[in-house]
Amino acid sequence: MIKAVMMLNTQGKPRLAKFYDYLPVEKQQELIRGVFSVLCSRPENVSNFLEIDSLFGPDSRLVYKHYATLYFVLVFDGSENELAMLDLIQVLVETLDKCFSNVCELDIVFNYSKMHAVLDEIVFGGQVLETSSAEVMKAVEEISKLEAASNSISLVPKSVSGWRGR
Amino acid sequence: MEQLKTIGRELAMGSQGGFGQSKEFLDLVKSIGEARSKAEEDRIVLSEIDILKRRLLEPDIPKRKMKEYIIRLVYIEMLGHDASFGYIHAVKMTHDDNLLLKRTGYLAVTLFLNEDHDLIILIVNTIQKDLRSDNFLVVCAALNAICRLINEETIPAVLPQVVELLNHQKEAVRKKAIMALHRFHRKSPSSVSHLITNFRKRLCDNDPGVMGATLCPLFDLISEDVSSYKDLVSSFVSILKQVTERRLPKSYDYHQMPAPFIQIKLLKIMALLGSGDKNASEIMSMVLGDLFRKCDSSTNIGNAILYECIRCISCILPNPKLLEAAADAISKFLKSDSHNLKYMGIDGLGRLIKISPDIAEQHQLAVIDCLEDPDDTLKRKTFELLYKMTKSSNVEVIVDRMIDYMISINDNHYKTEIASRCVELAEQFAPSNQWFIQIMNKVFEHAGDLVNIKVAHNLMRLIAEGFGEDDDDADSKLRLSAVESYLQLISEPKLPSLFLQVISWVLGEYGTADGKYSASYISGKLCDVADAYSSDETVKGYAVSALMKIYAFEIASGRKVDVLPECQSLIEELLASHSTDLQQRAYELQALLALDARAVESILPLDASCEDIEVDKDLSFLNGYIQQAIESGAQPYISERERSGMFETTDYHPQDHHEVPSHALRFEAYELPKPSGPPQASNELVPVPEPSYYSESHQPISTSLVSERESSEIKLRLDGVKQKWGRPSYQSTTSSSSTTQQAANGTPTYSDAGVGSSSSKPRSSYEPKKPEIDPEKQRLAASLFGGSSSRTDKKSSSGGHKPAKGTVNKPAAVPKENQTPVQPPPDLLDLGEPTATTVTAMDPFKELEGLMDSSSQDGDSSDVMGLYSDAAPVTSTTSVDSLLSELSDSSKGNPRTYQSQTSKGPNTKEALEKDALVRQMGVNPTSQNPTLFKDLLG
Repeated sequence: MIKAVMMLNTQGKPRLAKFYDYLPVEKQQELIRGVFSVLCSRPENVSNFLEIDSLFGPDSRLVYKHYATLYFVLVFDGSENELAMLDLIQVLVETLDKCFSNVCELDIVFNYSKMHAVLDEIVFGGQVLETSSAEVMKAVEEISKLEAASNSISLVPKSVSGWRGR
Repeated sequence: MEQLKTIGRELAMGSQGGFGQSKEFLDLVKSIGEARSKAEEDRIVLSEIDILKRRLLEPDIPKRKMKEYIIRLVYIEMLGHDASFGYIHAVKMTHDDNLLLKRTGYLAVTLFLNEDHDLIILIVNTIQKDLRSDNFLVVCAALNAICRLINEETIPAVLPQVVELLNHQKEAVRKKAIMALHRFHRKSPSSVSHLITNFRKRLCDNDPGVMGATLCPLFDLISEDVSSYKDLVSSFVSILKQVTERRLPKSYDYHQMPAPFIQIKLLKIMALLGSGDKNASEIMSMVLGDLFRKCDSSTNIGNAILYECIRCISCILPNPKLLEAAADAISKFLKSDSHNLKYMGIDGLGRLIKISPDIAEQHQLAVIDCLEDPDDTLKRKTFELLYKMTKSSNVEVIVDRMIDYMISINDNHYKTEIASRCVELAEQFAPSNQWFIQIMNKVFEHAGDLVNIKVAHNLMRLIAEGFGEDDDDADSKLRLSAVESYLQLISEPKLPSLFLQVISWVLGEYGTADGKYSASYISGKLCDVADAYSSDETVKGYAVSALMKIYAFEIASGRKVDVLPECQSLIEELLASHSTDLQQRAYELQALLALDARAVESILPLDASCEDIEVDKDLSFLNGYIQQAIESGAQPYISERERSGMFETTDYHPQDHHEVPSHALRFEAYELPKPSGPPQASNELVPVPEPSYYSESHQPISTSLVSERESSEIKLRLDGVKQKWGRPSYQSTTSSSSTTQQAANGTPTYSDAGVGSSSSKPRSSYEPKKPEIDPEKQRLAASLFGGSSSRTDKKSSSGGHKPAKGTVNKPAAVPKENQTPVQPPPDLLDLGEPTATTVTAMDPFKELEGLMDSSSQDGDSSDVMGLYSDAAPVTSTTSVDSLLSELSDSSKGNPRTYQSQTSKGPNTKEALEKDALVRQMGVNPTSQNPTLFKDLLG
């Protein structure tokens, strides 16, 4: 089971954090800080895996990937495959990239709810739900379409590309 | 031109807020992005909290505004500040009919609230309503919320609806309903135990995605109870076969691999079902062999599947061919340049080594490389592997390496782990006593505060007992070498407390035994310890007791004792100590100094820490006295348990309302209190006669150091077991009536480890080898892997070793290792496990299977699995057959041919614009490349 999904920037600021079991805010912060301090001490060109029993309890592994200014982090237990989790990060990033066309840190900050919508389509209650980024995109588009329809005045442009296209 | 556009956009953002957010929010994010310190960030957030608190109090907030406030609350909480003042607004938002607002509300509450929060009760009703909604997106949102917000008590409120949704026409809903049910099962297995068959049913779902989702709960269920799912083995195998034969729709492909995540889950399940089951393993071997041949080892996901195959093979009873294939895959991993693959290779090696121990030798150089790799993760994994393959021929090299690594790291958690592993290996395979003591000294010196206290007790007992051989000479040599090494170490600054305890104890017990060191020299050192660590009462206690022993031995041997002035002052200081324990020890020491040689000798005999004392815990010698007392009219003693039992029979129970769950109201009036039985005159109870209790003991009772801390000890003392010093960690409190007790100057002894039992160790099996740690890898490799020694070596040595030292605290790893089969796999296969496959005629799965088989021949479109193969070539809407269109409604006419985003590839122009925007917002990307994710798609 996946325990947490995090996106941290290279300064250690959380851009998105989702824990699949409830944790109080202080504990979440502690974990985020702990994860960041481990990540930033890792040299370049080493493996993307970490065993972090010290933070998340026994049999916890962490997979991370570093893109530009962001760390994408997945924390999970022994019932998942490390390499597969690495690809799940890939799926997530690919999807975000399609969503926002060249996703950057700002997209993630400002489209918080959309980020969560994407994540919820991929990981559901700590289990991998969908791994095809096209499928995820379709579900997310459907949601945004419906959301737009339920609003007489469109509150949020569907995506960044929406206003960029003008 | 481009620039103009960008400027225009910035202006537009400034006025109305880009990304649909207000300027305020943008400013907030921007200022936090620019914050130089945590304190500055906190200040910004706190002022934001103030603003939001005020805003939320305003009447009639437009919904659009409210939505933004809630997103801002989420943002604040993500930064680690309390946003609980706004929770209620998020809850209210879930009630809204507008989907956007409702989803925002759900998102916020799932991030804010835990399942036991008081506000949940306000949401349950909405969730119930939403689960019944016609709009499947609303249903999905509600299912999503359920996963986080429903606890054991609220499960029944939504359960019927979730079960109903298992048959929803949309596969997305079915999938999520299964996941929600799985979540319920994790939270409270009993609440959904009657619904488990649903998971089996959904395994035959038309949609492969739903089938894949079902594998998650089934994996959990099977790992809890393997035997009742044996009938599914062939189903899983045939599903896996069909997946690998690419009979799922193309849309399930990921990097040209057919449905890899489903394959991985299936392999994990098969590993569970096939372990120790010959029949199941045979069924699986075909498809596993196919997988090895087909897997594309050039992609990450292909390697993930290969690794999963290796894992599966290491769990089941494989045939030699599969083992070979697995070994090949591992060597490919290890030869790869990618650290990730090396990691997987080392992990796989560690798993496979249990089955075929000699596989490691082929890869010795690769393993050494990994050991010296700068990657910490890889290093640790390699140490784990080394730990698994330690035997007496390579223990010295491995433990030395481990200790070097242990000294070099700062991570206390891992330090503890590696220290305990060093200790375990040293205890199991130590080639000599001197080496063992050296290793223990190193471990204590560098990780003394992290190791388990039992390790210290083990070491003390080892020194006291020797290695179990009846060779007093060797034992005294061992002790002397220990004493010498401790005297060297004792003046080092800042030794860990535990290590000092060991040192003090050994010096007290054996410091003067050889006559090499004088009593005054040793006692001076002990005083120094007590002085230097004056804040550590435990160490002081050990030191004083050690002093007492040294003086006692001196007195007993008829020498005149002259107490050093610093010892005298130490004793005087402790006589007035706040700690009653230290005080008592000091008084005892003082009293002892005044006794004559004969008395002292019987109190503290020389080297008697391992002698047993028989204790009559039943106090049977008092029977006569009790009989007499009862005859003369005293009431018999009623034990405390019986007394409280009587108390419970009375109706009134003052604690009653505590036991009722606090949320349930109690409506009936409380009963009137009744007198709780006749008061029992305590003076009529037969007291345990104190004088005779003391007469039974041979020396004044001294309270143990840790009695305050360990409640079990109190029980021990009540049982009549007295402790001089040391901790009773391995004295089981439920020992038999006649328990062995530690002697007057006792190390703690196990109740079951007979001291006299001197089982001789098969030391002969150890061939003294001088492995040197040469930087040259080959030689290291040779010392690690060479010697062609089999694991039996290890077993025999550990088998003899263990009882001798009586190590009780062996971690579970030992039995695991001992069970490693050394026989070649064919022998294992011949063990012949009874097949647990029981086929019931009612099983939907068997029916399904029949269908599958027929489909593979004639491609009958009514077949469930056949559907996948039918749909496989579908890339255009033309070939969607009737069945497919039946299961996918208009919105999903052409499954997974979403192509529109291909035009949105990395566009440098856009990226530049965005980069400019990013910089303007104060989020400074560190990389030069504005196309942030170019590496991903390029």
